[in-house]
Amino acid sequence: MEQDLMTKDRAIAEQVIAIIAEQAMRAPGDVTAADSLQDLGIDSLGVVECIFQIEETFDVAVPFNANNPEESAFDISTVGSVIAEVEKLVAQQRG
Amino acid sequence: MRRVVITGAGSVNPLGHDVPATLAAMRSGRCGIGPLSGLVDQDRLAVQIGAQVTGFDPAAHFDRQRLPLLDRFAQFALVSARQAVAQSGLAFDGALADRSGVVMGTAGGGNTTVDDNYRTVHAEGKNRVHPFVVPRLMHNAAASHMSMEFGLRGPGLAVSTACASSNHAMGLALQLIRGGAADVILTGGSEAMLCFGGLKAWEGLRVMSRDGCRPFAASRNGLVMGEGGAVFVFEELEHARARGAEVLAEVAGFGMTSDAGDIVAPTQDGPVRAMQLALADAGLAAEDIGYVNAHGTGTTANDRTEARALNAVLGAQAAHVPVSSTKSLHGHLIGGTGAVELLACLLALREGVIAPTVNFDAPDPECAVDAVPNVARHGVDVRAVLSNAFAFGGLNAVLALRRI
Repeated sequence: MEQDLMTKDRAIAEQVIAIIAEQAMRAPGDVTAADSLQDLGIDSLGVVECIFQIEETFDVAVPFNANNPEESAFDISTVGSVIAEVEKLVAQQRG
Repeated sequence: MRRVVITGAGSVNPLGHDVPATLAAMRSGRCGIGPLSGLVDQDRLAVQIGAQVTGFDPAAHFDRQRLPLLDRFAQFALVSARQAVAQSGLAFDGALADRSGVVMGTAGGGNTTVDDNYRTVHAEGKNRVHPFVVPRLMHNAAASHMSMEFGLRGPGLAVSTACASSNHAMGLALQLIRGGAADVILTGGSEAMLCFGGLKAWEGLRVMSRDGCRPFAASRNGLVMGEGGAVFVFEELEHARARGAEVLAEVAGFGMTSDAGDIVAPTQDGPVRAMQLALADAGLAAEDIGYVNAHGTGTTANDRTEARALNAVLGAQAAHVPVSSTKSLHGHLIGGTGAVELLACLLALREGVIAPTVNFDAPDPECAVDAVPNVARHGVDVRAVLSNAFAFGGLNAVLALRRI
């Protein structure tokens, strides 16, 4: 069970990185958890597209308002924070 | 140069079904935004507020033969046009018919018709739609029905530049009359995007507020969609004088520019140049402007950029010029919004009343304008105004009006 969950979570990270890398037009290997979306050259419209892809991929609803991203209940400051937020949403959904 | 004046105005919008009701709401700061009701599939929408035109009975305005041809956006346009023409006192017969035209703005055209019929064929699996789907949904439907109803046989156009559609339409009408292509043009805009598909598309962009429209305020968190329209009679000045018509205001100037930047993010430069061009076209100086009806959508990016642009254009007196966003009252009518907002400009020029920006809870230091918070201002001597519209796609259209 534990092993399953860890595999799944690794899969989440990989899928989130793949989505972000696609937007940034980079290879997934060139995207690290510490990168900010801005560092990767993703503009506000690109962020909205990432969020949409995340919702479609994981069948979750992401609480994100493009007007004030910093006040949304979804931290998009770095790739790592996006992964953590998606893991939370997926866990809530499983729960 | 031929000068152009307004000799009639009409409107159906969330604040009222005619101009007097709309102006009364603007004077009293009554907000037309509330919980949505009656939309098909409304329970599937994340956004549950809007500025709907309520209590509008199409059958009271159109007979059974005509109604199947009219999408909601065309209905708003036609009823508005009837009011405007009645006020102007014009009859488009004889030679005037060939010298009269129509230029109407809309962003989505027959959006409700598109939505309803996609549901029919895609969701309900039907293989047949009503024969009038095409004539209902086309963007020029409102303009065409207006030309038919009043016998306008001169220039006829629909203009579609997203949220600047109405201002572009009215600016082109000004230029057509100035240039001699027509003596009278019915112009403005209308929109009926407040349906499931229209709202769902805007939800996707994640710029919609779920709790209210608060332009220039610190707590603003997005736009709120409205519906409706307004129509004005633009008339060459000497033509209006010769028949002793009451002149509501002069359409003194128009400026339009393109950002050539981003498809959604606004720039400061494009709006600045549009305002400067409108002033120059009107022969006005920044000091002459006594009121600006802002684009003021209530999104973080627009209001901040617009405030900076206004400060750049108005210079030292920026702090003393009232700048309100009446979208806080009637919502964002998208392609119809500039037309309804021109009513607030007439209110300022003719009555010295500045419509407020309501729901204004706290100022945002990033939006350094006098937003006329919450309460209308009376007894203001306004001789000239600007009305701003800045569209997605970076297309900017600014009108300058003058008291006459």
